Amino acid sequence: MSTVKKFLFLNRKAPYGTIYALESLEVVLISAAFEQDVSMAFVDDGVYQLLKGQKTDGIGMKNFSPTYSALGDYDVTKLYVEKESLEERGLTVDDLMDLKWEDEDDDWAEKDSIVVVSAAELADIMEQQEVILSF
Amino acid sequence: MKFTVQVNEGPYQHQASDTAQQFVRAALEKGHEIYRVFFYHDGVNNGTRLTVPPQDDRHLQKGWTELAEKHGLDLVICIAAAQRRGIMDADEAKRQGLDADNIAPGFRISGLGQLIEGGIQSDRTVVFGD
Repeated sequence: MSTVKKFLFLNRKAPYGTIYALESLEVVLISAAFEQDVSMAFVDDGVYQLLKGQKTDGIGMKNFSPTYSALGDYDVTKLYVEKESLEERGLTVDDLMDLKWEDEDDDWAEKDSIVVVSAAELADIMEQQEVILSF
Repeated sequence: MKFTVQVNEGPYQHQASDTAQQFVRAALEKGHEIYRVFFYHDGVNNGTRLTVPPQDDRHLQKGWTELAEKHGLDLVICIAAAQRRGIMDADEAKRQGLDADNIAPGFRISGLGQLIEGGIQSDRTVVFGD
């Protein structure tokens, strides 16, 4: 399949209260297998999905946060986090996982996957997409 | 225009399935093409034939099945989401060693790739859910 479209996965929910985050991640991994131009955005409580140091022992659920670290290997390298959502929750980018990807066009330099953007910038990014799936 | 529709919520609990069905009906009436309807998250529960709503209420599963029969709609239930929630076709039930299946006529179970492929092939992908 040669068509490459710009897909954005919009994540709006905290990771364990509902299944949206986990099942969103499952779609993202499949879309990467279709070699599409994939981005992810994290807004509202969705920013909690990227928090570092997640521990789920006490709630009997699988901690799926390590999967986000593997996204770079699937060429999912654009994770936009909305600045306002972080600020409203008293979070900074230092509270988030340190997600990296290796740029093969730049001597495999390690680069940050997470980019903090304003709501206005995110609106522009969404405007450029062809398919937006919202979770 | 060619549409793929994604339904993310179960019937009756949430309006998403109603709205999606009304959207599909309206789009078909206007001469548009529905490439695929993909049921994800609790949306897979739209595809059980064991639903029995009160007689004076709408029957969402039958609504989907009738649309599929009348217009040849491709109604796809995500297999991973379906397995978590106990939606089975005969093959899958047998593979899992289960004693029953419950998929409604007109629906089929397949993978998430069907959603992505729908997004690639369609002019617009419309998501119904929370």
